[in-house]
Amino acid sequence: MTVTVLLFASYADALGASSLTVELAAGATAGDVVQHVRALPGADRLPPAPLVAVNQRYAPATQPLTDNDEVALIPPVAGG
Amino acid sequence: MRSAIVDRALDAASLVNEVARQSNGATVLFVGTVRDVNEGRPVQGMEYKAYRAMAERELADIVREAAIQFGTDDIVVEHRVGTLALGEASVVIAVAHPHRGRAYDASRYVIEQLKQRVPIWKLEHYADGTREWVGAAGQSVSEQPS
Repeated sequence: MTVTVLLFASYADALGASSLTVELAAGATAGDVVQHVRALPGADRLPPAPLVAVNQRYAPATQPLTDNDEVALIPPVAGG
Repeated sequence: MRSAIVDRALDAASLVNEVARQSNGATVLFVGTVRDVNEGRPVQGMEYKAYRAMAERELADIVREAAIQFGTDDIVVEHRVGTLALGEASVVIAVAHPHRGRAYDASRYVIEQLKQRVPIWKLEHYADGTREWVGAAGQSVSEQPS
């Protein structure tokens, strides 16, 4: 399956991209996306377990994904 | 109730008008503004960025939760994104309720939850020309002036 990965703020700077397209095996989870991203150049500046959102909702690493899901890695938020 | 992420200057008075109702005896207005110093470093301006679709959704959830928990539908929140000057409002929350206690509580709930959950980030522009994402401390991610 194919998912879109969104990166923001300090994570986008670290990876040098704000969005990626990632191919995953069937049955992959949100945690698998994190592992994939953490293997990319620059990702050493990401924490080991960043917050993740799937289709605009916070999700646990165990959440199964489906084709075309939007997976976002969420840096520490700072609104207000 | 209403919530929005907007790209324009915020007008606190219009939000107060929006929650006005004769059955309400108290209106609480919260205005968050860009401060000139953060953790001892002089700040010149601020850039707010959002994961917009999710931020809108999360903010709407928070307002709904506050309405249920504190018993009023008269809650309006706007958060601004983009480049803001010192002193400009980044967030405005207006809550009206028959009684002040619950109006204060609902206002507090909305801002505290917003700061914990809504995916918005700010890039501080410091007086020395450097820029840094707030809250990214320890991840050593900083940007040089462009």
